[in-house]
Order: sequence, then C-alpha cells, then structure tokens
Amino acid sequence: MTFKYKNVYVGETATFAGPYEAKGLLKRKFDRITNDLYVGEKSWEKAEIKLSKESINILLQKIGKQATDINLIIAGDLLNQLVSSSYAIKDFSFPFLGIYSACANIMEGVIIAASMIDGGKIDNAIITTSSHNLSSEKQFRNPTEYGAPRPSTATFTATGGASLYLTNDKTDIKVEASTIGKIVDLGINDPNNMGAAMAPAAADTIYRHLKDLNRGVSYYDLILTGDLGIYGKKILIDYMNQEYNIDIKNNYDDCGTMLYNFNNQKEVLAGGSGPVCSALVIYSSIFEKMKKKELKKILLVPTGALFSPTIIYQKENILGIAHAVSMEVVE
Amino acid sequence: MNSEKYQELIDKHKPKERRAKNALIAFIVGGIMGIIGQFLIDAYSNLFSISNSDAAVFMIMTLVFIACLFTAFGFFDNWVAFAKCGLIIPITGFAHSMTSSGMEYRKEGPIYGVGSNVFKLAGSVIFYGVVSAWTFGMIRLLIMGG
Repeated sequence: MTFKYKNVYVGETATFAGPYEAKGLLKRKFDRITNDLYVGEKSWEKAEIKLSKESINILLQKIGKQATDINLIIAGDLLNQLVSSSYAIKDFSFPFLGIYSACANIMEGVIIAASMIDGGKIDNAIITTSSHNLSSEKQFRNPTEYGAPRPSTATFTATGGASLYLTNDKTDIKVEASTIGKIVDLGINDPNNMGAAMAPAAADTIYRHLKDLNRGVSYYDLILTGDLGIYGKKILIDYMNQEYNIDIKNNYDDCGTMLYNFNNQKEVLAGGSGPVCSALVIYSSIFEKMKKKELKKILLVPTGALFSPTIIYQKENILGIAHAVSMEVVE
Repeated sequence: MNSEKYQELIDKHKPKERRAKNALIAFIVGGIMGIIGQFLIDAYSNLFSISNSDAAVFMIMTLVFIACLFTAFGFFDNWVAFAKCGLIIPITGFAHSMTSSGMEYRKEGPIYGVGSNVFKLAGSVIFYGVVSAWTFGMIRLLIMGG
C-alpha cells in the first residue's frame, strides 16, 4: 500500500526532551529540556503525560493557534491502554484518535493525518508521541531501582514528548508519499535484541516503497530508520543486500544511533529506542537540515516492536512493523 | 529468508559478551562479600559472646539492611549492574530485588502497589526455595528416616 500526496505539508514541530537526551548529541536542538526525570510530577507515568502535554502546548504556541483551531490529534505511546496520550490530551478538547504501532507510532499518525488532509476531510492535524525511560522499564522490564545486567544489544528507551503539525497550507517541507508496513516475524524472541526483531520489517517496507514508486535508493538523500540501534543497523544493511540485492549503506542512518553520545553515555548500550526517539531526532535535526536544503528528499521509516511481556513469557515471537513516509523540500 | 538463515545473520552481528570478565568480577565481588560476612560473624560472636550460628543471623540481617538502605539511596543498582552475580547471588540480591519492587510500586498505594508487587522478583526465589526445601526434606525423611 503506497500513496502519494499532493497537498500535505509539515507546519511546525515541538520537542521536550529528558535529561539523558539533553546530554546527548542533539542537546541544543530541542525546544525544551528537563533535568528532572519526574518532570515535577509524582510518578513516571505522570511525568510522561506531562512531557506529551507540554510538547502540545509548545507546538500550539509556535503555530499561534488555539486548541479549537485544530481539526484532529493523533497520538500514541508505549504505556498500556495509551494512557500517556489520552491523559495528555484530555484538557485540550481535540478530536482524538489513539494509535499503536510501538516505536513506529509517529509515521502511522502521519499516514492517517496526511491521507485525511489530502482527501480534503480536514485542514490540519497534530501528531503527538511520548515515551519515558523509566515508565517503560517499569512496564516492560524490571523495577527502575533494580540493577539487572543487560546485554550490549539492548536499547535504551528515550524520554520525551514530541508533536508535529501537519497542514494543507504550503510550507518548506512536503509530505510526498507513504507506504504502510506489514507485520514481519522472523522468529526473534529476545527483548534485549529488538533491533534484530524490527530490521526485516524495515527492509520489507523500504523494498516495497521503492518498488511501488519505481525508485532507486539513490533517489533519497537519506533513508532513516527509527530505533534499530548499532547492531540492528548493521543487520538491516546486510539483510537488504542478501534478501533484495539493494545496497543502502551510502545514504542510510538510524535515529537510535543519532540521539546519544556513545562515548560518554555507556548506559544507552546499543542506542535509543521508544516512539519519541525517532521523533526527537527527525523534528530537531533532520527537518532543520531540510530547511537549510542540506537534505532534500528523505525516507523516514520508524520501526516498531509489537509484543508485551506476557506474550513473550508465553513463548511467542516479537513482531516487527515499519511505516515509511517520504518527505521533500518544496522547491 | 527463513528464520534459521536470519538467525545466522544476526549471530554474525552480535557483539561478544565478555563472559570471562563478568565471571571474574562476580567471583571477586562475591568473594569480598564472603569475607565481609565471615568478618561480621567473628565480630558479632566475639563482641556479644554468642554462638557462631546466632552471629550468622545477625550477619544476614546486617547485609540485608545495608543492601536495602543502599538501594533506597539509589546507587546500589549501579553496583549490581557492575558486579552482576557477585551481588545478586548473595542475600544482598534478594534484599535489593524486594526493596526496588517496593519503591517502584509505592505510587499505587500500600495494597495494590507495594503489598502485591514487593515479591515481583523475589517471589520465584521464595516459592522454589519452599518447594526444594520440602522435596529434599521428604527425600531425607524417606531415605535417612529424618
């Protein structure tokens, strides 16, 4: 399923990043940072809600609009029943759609919103996502103060909230096309190696996207996956070569390896993950490069791992999904 | 690509865990824990003029208290992540798992939070401890007559 859009543009973005991200490679590029993992709240879950909510507030300020001017908000996060998203949005009275494709949330949101804007049903939409390192640790792994040893293939859930404004008013960056991902299962069941679980899904989506639009890899200045991490990135390059005979290594990168400084942030292991990881990198750094025309055509392919701790204990595999969105600088 | 072939591809890119280094650190830290334990037993039995087995109980209480306190202060998890089994296998690991679970779930209140989650990690140890104590107790009773 690949669509092209005529009339959808990236308006503004807002990022609110946590302490680990503020010490990383993009520290000066975020709209707002906090050094408090609780963000002034009393629990990790409430902290995540606040990150998400504040990112929406920053975005509304930047675009100079009221909540009532927004036609639709699409949001997703990692917490059970999407509580971060719904509690962050409850005070704004937006028409709200909640989505889940784990760390691929943002592009699922963009695809839905872009299709509705392009179809003339709505004029604008906000896509919001969030994740919090410690609320994820609590839900998916161990209590946060428990010092469980983790292998170097494990990734580190990013902390932050990020929002994106899509509109039919012309701007510098255009949402050009998208490909909806398929669930891919190649038998990986190790939650400490999610890059390996998601890489084949990214490969499948990239391959179908290029094939549907009859494009080569070199059409894009940059192909960017979400949170495969150091090892997942190598796996994807190798897998694309072996499976599809496509060489992506010259114009490919992964958001999970761009957020933190691996030299002095050893705790991030294989790199960043979580829905907000790719959002923080794309909104703060990639769009900036597009506005400066350093990058003109990019393919964004955030990757999600679909599973729960319960289903893993019941010996099921981790499923991978990746949605692709092509964005271009408007000439 | 089938899953066997994909597994080969993943294994090719999998970094080697430093097992020898981890084992050595665990051995040394675990050994130090043993020395501290023995020192405490000797100290308590001399200081309070009590038997070695009574002193061992005080030693366990001391180590459990210290592990709980350091977990509450927020730095013991870094020690455990570094020393791994050197601190997980001794009684300190058990105390650490219970304190960290208790701290994590206090926001959900005393009943649905702390009460029902404090054994989240330690529950398996207690359960299988009881099961194996019962099993070996029965074997001893049947073979050796008690």
